[in-house]
Amino acid sequence: MYAQMVTSEAADDSPEARAFQARIDAGEKIEPKDWMPEAYRRTLIRQIGQHAHSEIVGQLPEGNWITRAPTLERKAILLAKVQDEAGHGLYLYCAAETLGVSRDDLTEDLLSGRMKYSSIFNYPTLTWADMGAVGWLVDGAAIMNQVPLQRTSYGPYARAMVRICKEESFHQRQGYDIMLKMCRGTPAQKRMAQDAMNRFWYPALMMFGPSDKDSVHSAQSMAWRIKINTNDELRQKFVDETVPQAEFLGLAIPDTDLRWNEERGHYDFSEPDWTEFYDVIKGNGPCNVERMTARRKAWDDGAWVREGLLAHARKKAGKVAAE
Amino acid sequence: MDALHEFCLRMGDNTLVLGHRVSEWCGHSPVLEEDIALANTALDLIGQTQMWLGLAAEIEGQGRTADDLAFLRDAWDFRNLLLVELPNGDFGQTMMRQFLFDTWHHAMLTALAGSSDDRVVAIAAKAVKEASYHLERSAGTVIGLGDGTAESHARMQAALDLLYPYYGEMFAADATDTALAAAGIAPLPESLRASCDVRLRQVTEEATLTLPASSFAHSGGKTGARHTENLGHILTQMQWLQRAYPGATW
Repeated sequence: MYAQMVTSEAADDSPEARAFQARIDAGEKIEPKDWMPEAYRRTLIRQIGQHAHSEIVGQLPEGNWITRAPTLERKAILLAKVQDEAGHGLYLYCAAETLGVSRDDLTEDLLSGRMKYSSIFNYPTLTWADMGAVGWLVDGAAIMNQVPLQRTSYGPYARAMVRICKEESFHQRQGYDIMLKMCRGTPAQKRMAQDAMNRFWYPALMMFGPSDKDSVHSAQSMAWRIKINTNDELRQKFVDETVPQAEFLGLAIPDTDLRWNEERGHYDFSEPDWTEFYDVIKGNGPCNVERMTARRKAWDDGAWVREGLLAHARKKAGKVAAE
Repeated sequence: MDALHEFCLRMGDNTLVLGHRVSEWCGHSPVLEEDIALANTALDLIGQTQMWLGLAAEIEGQGRTADDLAFLRDAWDFRNLLLVELPNGDFGQTMMRQFLFDTWHHAMLTALAGSSDDRVVAIAAKAVKEASYHLERSAGTVIGLGDGTAESHARMQAALDLLYPYYGEMFAADATDTALAAAGIAPLPESLRASCDVRLRQVTEEATLTLPASSFAHSGGKTGARHTENLGHILTQMQWLQRAYPGATW
């Protein structure tokens, strides 16, 4: 899940708001020109914006390995994947712009720290196996949330998600393929894979956000169908699907309490350390400072480029107008 | 044939090293569309590397693969132009380097359509489509930034002044080039110069930039005789996993 802890505002009780809710309950899509409660609009901007920012910041931990990818094919696949992430950011910013906010505004909000991105991208990628773990676990967790969002109530968001899901599913497969190669490889490669698993398991579980009992914003978002499942439902689904995949790889999940619960028909598992989660959200993750420094540097260093290209476009438009 | 083997290394090492440099921008570019375009350019270049080094390995016939050539040769065996191993610098320097390379690359790939070697024709036919888009984009960016603000103009002029001395190496011939031309495999490098110079003059003029007066050209990249200090650092990074874990498959 690339949007975590999005603050949802309460809906008002006007006749328009009731009619709006009735449309959502009937499964209709809300389109940009339709009437919508301000609270719905603002909540969606925060959610889509945070998702877009996650795609953009998410380029960094994987971009970290492009120049060190071990084969030409792996390098090409990783480049294609990181390019996809940037493309996802672009669709999502476009979807957010239909709600009356500009991409530059959202970027300023990210760089000033007013808007967040997913906690997961504040963790470092230390070995090549991390490219496998990120694809398999991180994209795998993202897919759990994004597949249902293809049915979300806001049309442009739902349509962006359809395209994104197709690519994410390719990303997850390539991640798993890297892990498979590592786990069937030399002892050193297997060790790398297990180390990546150990470091990414709990941060991946945190991607779904706090437990339902501590998740205060869910009810309104679920009524509006901009959140389809609860955090705990998605986390459980992720664990249930991932455990057999880890077994196939021969990797141990770093949780001694993990076991199949016959009665529930699900795996029981340990909660992540929520203190760590809140630390990361507050800016104290291993890479928060580095990630934001990199994004600010890219934006600041690029100012002359954006200004130069705009100035040229204005000159050209002036020449065309004069002719 | 040795000359063809050498030629494939030259073509493949150019795209490998430039692809590496361009990929360093991932996630750090001035605007989202550029992140996408730069990653796409790097991806094209790595794809072309697979084809050229794949053919080089096939001609060599010693059971090595394109990956072996990319990841297990040392700097002196690399045959790329000095231009492509130079650091990215600012975005303007990166795009000026790209434009100078694309100008030559596009002309070379276009000429290779008439090669006497079918394998070369096939690779060039695929690569020229990508190079044509690269050239359109890099030329457009050089023009936009050269003819943008005072700052962007100054930066592009500085980039041109810095990189122009590396332009001439693309058109300098050695015995390999002569042998390739005699066999009808590849054009003589100097035969591409006139059309490239015309494009360079057109684009720099539209970009309101001034071509440096000196036509001095550094050399030593494509022959492997003397690379810049940059190549060793590129290889240190690029080849690290293959070197640290010999024999592993990835």
